[in-house]
Amino acid sequence: MRQKVMIAMLALAAVLLVRNLYVISMLPDEMRQGQIFRIIFFHVPAAASAMIGSAVALIASVLFLLTRNFKYDALAVAVTEVGLAFLAVNLVTGSIWARVIWGVWWAWDARLTSALICWILYAGYLILRQALEEPTQRATFAAVYSIFAFTDVPIVYFSIRWWRTLHPQPVFFSKSGSFPPDWSRAFLINMVAMFLLYAALTMIRLRQEETQREIDYLRRTVHAI
Amino acid sequence: MSDAAVDCSGVWKFYGDYPALRNISFEVPAGRCLALIGRNGAGKTTLLRILAGFSKPGKGQARIFGHEPRDTETRRRIGFIGHGIAVYDELSALENLRLFAKLYRLPDAERAAREWLERTGLERVRDGLVREFSRGMRQRLAVARAFLHGPSVLLLDEPFTALDDRAVAVLQTVLRDALAAGRTVIMSTHQLREAMELATHVALINRGRIAFHGERTEEMVNNPGWVYSQYGES
Amino acid sequence: MRFLGQVMVITAKDLRAEMRTKEAINASFAFALVVLLLLSFAFDPTEETTREISGGLLWIVFTFAGTLVLNRSFARELPNDCLDALIAAPVPGPALFLGKALANFVLILAVELVALPVFGIFYNVRWTRQFWPLMLVLVLGTWGLTSIGTVFSALTVNIRLREVMLPLLVYPVLIPMLLGAMRLSALLVAGQAIAGDETVWFKLLFGFDIIFTALSLVLMDTVLLG
Repeated sequence: MRQKVMIAMLALAAVLLVRNLYVISMLPDEMRQGQIFRIIFFHVPAAASAMIGSAVALIASVLFLLTRNFKYDALAVAVTEVGLAFLAVNLVTGSIWARVIWGVWWAWDARLTSALICWILYAGYLILRQALEEPTQRATFAAVYSIFAFTDVPIVYFSIRWWRTLHPQPVFFSKSGSFPPDWSRAFLINMVAMFLLYAALTMIRLRQEETQREIDYLRRTVHAI
Repeated sequence: MSDAAVDCSGVWKFYGDYPALRNISFEVPAGRCLALIGRNGAGKTTLLRILAGFSKPGKGQARIFGHEPRDTETRRRIGFIGHGIAVYDELSALENLRLFAKLYRLPDAERAAREWLERTGLERVRDGLVREFSRGMRQRLAVARAFLHGPSVLLLDEPFTALDDRAVAVLQTVLRDALAAGRTVIMSTHQLREAMELATHVALINRGRIAFHGERTEEMVNNPGWVYSQYGES
Repeated sequence: MRFLGQVMVITAKDLRAEMRTKEAINASFAFALVVLLLLSFAFDPTEETTREISGGLLWIVFTFAGTLVLNRSFARELPNDCLDALIAAPVPGPALFLGKALANFVLILAVELVALPVFGIFYNVRWTRQFWPLMLVLVLGTWGLTSIGTVFSALTVNIRLREVMLPLLVYPVLIPMLLGAMRLSALLVAGQAIAGDETVWFKLLFGFDIIFTALSLVLMDTVLLG
């Protein structure tokens, strides 16, 4: 059943994305920024998905610590891994956009810098997991770290923003230009498509994690005979 | 679950894939001295650490006087000697005992510390740093630390291993006093002879299971290897 | 007050043990001096512009040197299985956390207070012009470093490559705090008072410390027992 849901989500996401690619390419160029503005259709939803993902990771981590049920640990790692991929998409698209518009690959603007720090935080989560072998300890410590990381995220955003406000950069064209109505629709559809993609990828990773646990359990049982 | 001093019911413990303990169930009423014997890797240390509250069973429950070992009040009633001596090398013998007396909230930490230094024959070296002690002295200090707060249940993991004569004598005296006072002792051991002298009961662990649990008999005292030959695998 | 009593017992134990061996604190002092030296080569101290930003560089020194102390914090419990005895004692997790964190705080602050005059000499900066505000920044920033570092020290104590994992995990979480501390220190060392917009950094440091201390107190038991 879950398999069917997963495939349905993937299919829907694929359809939406392909259709959107067509629509996006048909849209007229934005006034000041030209072709590259289309990248926002992927840049922003990627970040939005990653943010929701980190919230899900927090809830999963807390639930694991409260219930000691490993399905929450599996969810936490799945959602974080996919989130790292989406955040990377956000960083790369942001960097490409910066290169085209501002001429530099990295401009230390508030949002991208915060995103980079969040990426490093959650990469730390995966590195910590890799360093811990015993499954219970790994799940527990990873959950604790995930809670620390999530608590840090809003503080990071605020502090970087204050840093950038108190030290204003040269004024560039703002990233959110005027948004004509037919753009908004395409944007929202892409947002939904990205969310679906995120959910589907998480389910795939979750399935893999649960299969691994099943294998571990079977091996345990065989050893006990 | 009963209110016996120590009570295990259906305890399993896994390390990764490997079941270190399989369906351990037994009860130890207060006042007994149980000798836990078994080959290396049988699961003695794992079991003792679960009883002491250092780890949780994968399945089943362990209880001390009917409570979780980790409860704050229950912790005050447990004394543990593991493989390490659990005293600080950089502190003196007196400083170590004073520290633990305070952590266990004993009413007169200084007096308790000094009393146990005397009982373990370390009074003369009380201001010496532990890192300068001989092995036997370190073991005696470990005994002092474990018994300092007057625990009702003592969990000792191979306490007689590599002790010198004096340390063995001290430990035996301290254990006899504790048992006479109605305390409960579970000790795992390879040193069958010393264990059999003090034990009232014997349990054999083999590959994570309890293969035998019963009263200590004359035969066991005279021939400590008897239990292995009867119930263990060769 | 029993809680505070147990906290003090643990702090006293850590400090006494450290003073006997001085392993961590000597290494930390030496490391601070080396890093200060290297930074003097990287950023020419004789230039006026460098002196203006030099306060920020201080926190790189403090953070790196502090990590050496933090690493030791739970590592010192490993020989002889002392950590077992600490966990077995009826000490609540938060008390153990506070006891160790306070000891680490004292040690790291000591290193910082030695590094400051040396920094003043190398960079030819009169850093005492805004002394008390600077001390406040030191206290707030160091507590942020210490509270997170102590929990993560327990988290990484049994991992291979512990000395690498600890800074790797701690530094990203500290970034907001470091941003504020560096910003404030750069201004204060240059003799400027903190006013107007820049006071937001003090609020950041306070908030950061309160939030993460609370989180550490709550999660310490989980980390110790697994």
